[in-house]
Amino acid sequence: MMIKGKAITYGDDVNTDLIIPGRYLLLSKPEDLAAHAMEDLDPSFFEKFRKGDIIVGGKNFGCGSSREQAVLCLIYAGVGAIIAKSFARIFFRNAINQGLLIIESSEAVDHINIFDEIQINTSTSTITNKTTNCDVMIPALPIFVKEILDDGGLINHLQKKDKG
Amino acid sequence: MGQTISEKILSEHYGKNKVYAGEFVDATIDLAMSHDNTVLISSIFNKSGARKVWDPTKITVVLDHRTPANTEKTAQNHQSIRKFVKNQNIPYFYDVGQGICHQVLPEQGLVKPGMLIVGSDSHTTTYGALGAFGTGIGATDMAAVWLKGKLWFKVPDTIRFYVDGRLSEFVSAKDVILYIIGKIGADGANYKSCEFYGECIEHMSIDSRLCISNQAMEMGAKVAIIPPDDKTIRYLKSVTTESYQIVHSDEDAIFENSFDIDVSHIEPQIACPDKVDNVKSVSTVAGTKIHQAVIGSCTNGRLEDLAIAAKIVKRKNISKHVRLIIVPASRQIYQTALEKGYIKTLLQAGATVVNAGCGPCLGLHQGVLAEGEVTLSSTNRNFKGRMGSPQSSIYLGSPATVAASALTGEITNPEDVIE
Repeated sequence: MMIKGKAITYGDDVNTDLIIPGRYLLLSKPEDLAAHAMEDLDPSFFEKFRKGDIIVGGKNFGCGSSREQAVLCLIYAGVGAIIAKSFARIFFRNAINQGLLIIESSEAVDHINIFDEIQINTSTSTITNKTTNCDVMIPALPIFVKEILDDGGLINHLQKKDKG
Repeated sequence: MGQTISEKILSEHYGKNKVYAGEFVDATIDLAMSHDNTVLISSIFNKSGARKVWDPTKITVVLDHRTPANTEKTAQNHQSIRKFVKNQNIPYFYDVGQGICHQVLPEQGLVKPGMLIVGSDSHTTTYGALGAFGTGIGATDMAAVWLKGKLWFKVPDTIRFYVDGRLSEFVSAKDVILYIIGKIGADGANYKSCEFYGECIEHMSIDSRLCISNQAMEMGAKVAIIPPDDKTIRYLKSVTTESYQIVHSDEDAIFENSFDIDVSHIEPQIACPDKVDNVKSVSTVAGTKIHQAVIGSCTNGRLEDLAIAAKIVKRKNISKHVRLIIVPASRQIYQTALEKGYIKTLLQAGATVVNAGCGPCLGLHQGVLAEGEVTLSSTNRNFKGRMGSPQSSIYLGSPATVAASALTGEITNPEDVIE
């Protein structure tokens, strides 16, 4: 899989209240949630963002509430992937379960500036910063987790195991 | 090789061999808790084509987040949850007004040492206070649990905290855990199992221990376990007749890290906007004007929290410039607080007492903040916009500090208002 987009960068501890504020959690259509993605973190998010762009965060991305809507709103907004120094554990699980590509790599984050053109190649496990011509290897996911991602999320994975 | 509490509980629920930190397991779940977000989980569950949950007696649903319904949409959600619970024959269903899941489950005797409990709420770590492996998961994970009764886990590394020192009357568990979070940071225990030991923890009531295990989520803890002792056993005797297995770490267990924390001299602590690890001693922020003061939530809406608040405001009036909102964590706590006269004292001082539930903690009703407003709250998160306008500010403190500050209208050390 190849993902291309520009980097939209943020700092440490981007919490799920900032990604999707509690006041929107009653919206049941993911498209409606997506319209409010990142609203309290960055009111100008949608001025910068184009579908396929990559969110880059510091450490502890997705901390706070377990709300899965934080992952859903980013998927439906069209986020290509998230690269962060580290992810909070529930957000990490939710992203895997929903099939959103997330990459934990301090090295990559340290070499990305806002609006750099980024290319992620999952078959070669490489993140390429086209703006600075810098390549960083993507750390391998544990097999257990990779199988879930490859099957398109947890529910599909369980159903596949049932059939298999 | 010795094991930590988490390694033992996950080994037991994996049912094959002994497992250690870093391994992956598919573990059998003892109890699966969800709240108002049951509506999202049931939609994922139904979409999977499944008809029946794996075991309705191991599922519990508590309506607490927006209760009573704050909008028509919430009312529809609650209605659909009641229908789902009925169709699935889920016996442990707690409707509007019973209280917050993380108080209701312990007081109903559903949380016991050695259990593996998942909740679709991050503060499910609370159950560690009774020696259970309690951890938060998302909606898809929960739908998978409803389908299979199992879930995958990475066995976490364990951090040990030795908390030493005795606390003075107006310094509480909330101050201790905020102090620890301030030291190790909002991700200081990310993915980790925490075990709490030491004189300070041993002397703590169960209410206080529940506060520690709850708020520990804000340093990223996957679980926050306080090894059961006689106090735990006495508490369990008062809520359940069922048997359980107490689990302790082995002497030769391997811990990733160990922290010695002396709290004998700490002042009340305040988490300042907009991060929970932005912790300062009360004296450095004393004098900050507040508009709202909140005592409640799954962290600090328990009986001892209402007791200390009532003691502080007794025969006094809160500031004319402050709304003091009291949210008992459960109906049972509300009733006991009424019997003991705490509610009357709080009302006489000028407080507004609302029904048991999550209240204003997540900014949906019962005390939403306007732009420019400042609150001091005993809840667990001070994220930007959490309790209302993104241009409001949230400070977190203990119930004693919140009560004292409601009297003066500014952040105040409770010591300063006691004659």
